[in-house]
Parts: sequence; structure tokens; C-alpha cells
Amino acid sequence: MSSYASSPAPRPGDVAGTLRLLAYLALSCALVVSDHQGGWLSQFRQQASVAMQPLWWLAGLPSRLGESMRNDAATRTQLAADNRRLRNELLVLNAGQARLRVEAVENARLRALLGAVEQGSLDVQLAPILDVDQDPTRQRLLLDAGSRNGVRIGQSVIDAGGLLGQVIAVTPLTSTVLLVTDLEHAVPVIIARNGVRLVAYGSGRADHLALRNVPLSADVEIGDTLVTSGLGGRFPPGFPVGTITDLQPDDSRAFLVGDLKPASQLDRGRDVLLLRDVVVPVTTADLEAAAAEREAAARAQAEADAAATPAEGADAATPGTGDAPPADAPSTDAPTPAAQAPQR
Amino acid sequence: MSRRRNPWVLPASLFMALLLGLLPLPPGLQPFRPFWLALVVAYWVIEDPDRVGLGFAFAMGLIADLAFGGLLGEQALRLVIMAFILQRFRSQLRFFPVAQQALAIGGLLLNDRIVSAAIHVALGVPQLPWAYWLAPLIGMLLWAPLYLVMDALRFGRKS
Repeated sequence: MSSYASSPAPRPGDVAGTLRLLAYLALSCALVVSDHQGGWLSQFRQQASVAMQPLWWLAGLPSRLGESMRNDAATRTQLAADNRRLRNELLVLNAGQARLRVEAVENARLRALLGAVEQGSLDVQLAPILDVDQDPTRQRLLLDAGSRNGVRIGQSVIDAGGLLGQVIAVTPLTSTVLLVTDLEHAVPVIIARNGVRLVAYGSGRADHLALRNVPLSADVEIGDTLVTSGLGGRFPPGFPVGTITDLQPDDSRAFLVGDLKPASQLDRGRDVLLLRDVVVPVTTADLEAAAAEREAAARAQAEADAAATPAEGADAATPGTGDAPPADAPSTDAPTPAAQAPQR
Repeated sequence: MSRRRNPWVLPASLFMALLLGLLPLPPGLQPFRPFWLALVVAYWVIEDPDRVGLGFAFAMGLIADLAFGGLLGEQALRLVIMAFILQRFRSQLRFFPVAQQALAIGGLLLNDRIVSAAIHVALGVPQLPWAYWLAPLIGMLLWAPLYLVMDALRFGRKS
């Protein structure tokens, strides 16, 4: 073999080797760039990842076995204690649920009065996380449920805390979730307090989301909770996304940038929920109406507060002016039909 | 000496390397996970250059990218660079004592981290935390045991 000789002069084998190296380098660079930009390669990728399923299954096996062994090893007393605790929790939750049901009925009635779109109850599917360590630079999650279990691309994924991400790739037995914290992810949100619209971007780190280009004049404060707005039609409205932990001016001093702590608690080896229901796209008009409503309510509240504090004289004046139109209305309306009726 | 007594060792070792790369570790230990695939490919490039060359390293890298869900081609690029350097210095490396080989492999793994960081900078992908720079050290320490185990598997037990 020529490679055993170690002469400093370049040999034909070396040149061929270098050319091959360059060819492979060019090929892999082209692959990296085109995969980074997305496109036709992702199609191929999806097809090819079907072949990786046995590998994923095998790699997830130890943690599944460990889980089942832990379950088997749990003692009777432990199970009894767990049972008691869960029973108590169920009682407390049921009590809360009963109150919520009343609220839900009232909410539905009010919505019907307003003629707003009916929001169906949550239709969800539980999907276990496949416990596999993938590329640590990408915020993805592999689920142990695929198209055979009815998972579709674009479904929103939530957990008990809030929005987790969305399904971006599905194979027959597994699916990939793009987490809200991935650098390529953005989700339209509103501030729960006042309905200011923002966009929460992924930061590429697991415990962190980012706000960019927030106008200086926007009513945004540290500690504000952000929920999905439903704009764009990808995510249903109303799911918590995160809490603002930091706000500061950006380099141009014309906008604010903010840090968010994600609301979902991504804990490995747990289950996640896939939302099944079709998302009703929300338009900006809906949001504006909601904001106007909130504002009107706030103003009414402020007026009521202001009215409550002054002396009796002002207090007496308000009912008078408030009562006048209703008292007037029957007096003008009622007589006319009554007067018309005898004439006919 | 009859080489290639156990032809299944090559695919089996690569499969194991992929599996070890995917195996869930506690979050605290994750940064220290060595680049198993690079270690195994390095072994085969040194020991069996007829079967394992640049093309093989490239193909394995692509498979690893699919399995790990990373950018397609990133690990292929890293493995091709490593295989090329190994091929160039193979004649010297082969006759190094194992400890010295481990040092060289450690250097290659460090270089591999630099290549990966460069790819991330070029694409604007976030960098890994600094703790991940300790992984080459672990890989270096694992080289000697890996080398001995692979040799033992390949040639059967030496009596």
C-alpha cells in the first residue's frame, strides 16, 4: 500500500484523496445549507426518518424498562399512599371543576348573547414522549405516536402548564414536535392583562423565549403573562405561553426586547397532549372588539370608583341622568301603539 | 494473521455507536457524552482502510444526522474531515502506543468541536454551552478501552 511510505513529496494517491475530500466537503456543505433553508430536503428527510424508527425505539427502551421496573417495584404501602393522595387531589379538583362548570355555563350564555363564535371544549389526545437524546442544539421532541395514532402535521402540543409546540413531522409510529423554544419557532401572543399583541420567538435554549421589536410605548410590564392569541390560525387562542422576566431597550433604543419564561414544564419521560380540534382562526377584529370591551369595562369600573368617592350631591345627580332615558323610552313608545289601536 | 475474522463487528459497532449517542442521559451528564460514532469510525479508518474511507464516513454521518435529528450533512462533514486527517497520518498513528494514539484522537475530537462550532457560526445556529467542550476529553480517555475491546472482538480472544 502506498500509504505506508512517508515521503514528503505529493503522491498521486494524495491528490486523488484531496479531491475526494473536497467533493465530499462540497456535498455536505450543500446538504447543510439546503437543509437549513428547508424545502425539498425536508420531504426526503421525512421519508428517510421512517428507517430510523427501530433505532429510536431501541434507544428509548432502557428508560421504558426502567419505568416499568420502578412501577413493579413500588410497594403496597407506597401505592396506598399514592392512591390516597390522588383521591384527595381528585376531590379538590372536582370541587374546583364544579365551580368552573358554573362559570362555563355562564360564559356560554354570555357568548350566545354576544353572538360570538362558540368555542368547543378541548378535544385532546395523550401522547407519550419517546425518551431519546437528539441533537442538543435543536429544541425538538420525539413522540411515541405517529400517523397510525391519528397524529397530523400542524397539531398544537400542550402540557399542563401551557403551549409546548407544534407537530412538524409525522412518521407512521413517531412524530416530531418543534418546541416553542426552538430558534425557528414563533408564536403570536397577547398579554392576558390588556390584550397587547406580541410575537414570542424561540431562543434555542430550553428555558427561555424572547420578545423582539416591542414598541417603547406598548403597555408591557415584567411579570405579564402571555397567552396565544389565535392569530394566524395555527394555535388556538388562550393557552399560556410564558411570563415576562426581563425587559430592556434594544441596541437601537427604539424598541424593547424581552425575556420570557416558558409556561410549559418540559419534563422528560412524561406525556404531552395533542390538540385535536380544528383551530378557529381569530381575526384582528375579534381581538380589537375584545380589547375595546375590556377597555370599556375598565372605564366603567373607573367611573364607578370615581362616582363612589364624591359626596352625595354628585351621587344623586348620576342616577337622575342614568334613569332619564329608560324612563323616557316607555313613555314615548308605549302610548303610540296604544293610541293607534283604538283608532283602527 | 487472518484479518476480518468477524465481519459483523463493523456494522454492529457502528450500530452500537449510534445507539449510545441516542441513549437518554440525565441532563447534567449530557454535555459529557463522547462522540461515539467518531471514535468508532476513527478505529475503522485506522484499522481497516480498505473498507472504511471518506465515502463510508460520509454515509455514516448522514445516517447519524437522520437519527439525531440535526442538520442533514453536519455530522457527515465533521466525520469526513476527521477521516481525511486520519488517513493522512494513518501510517504514523498505526504504530503509536495506545496512549499516544489517545492524545491524537483527543486532538481530532477537539478539532471536530471547532468544526461544529464553525458550522453553527456560519449558519447562525445557537452554540452549545461551554460544558460540551469537555466531551473530547472523555472521548480521549475512552479511546484505549474502546481500541482494546474492538481488537478483541475483531480477532476473537487471544490465547
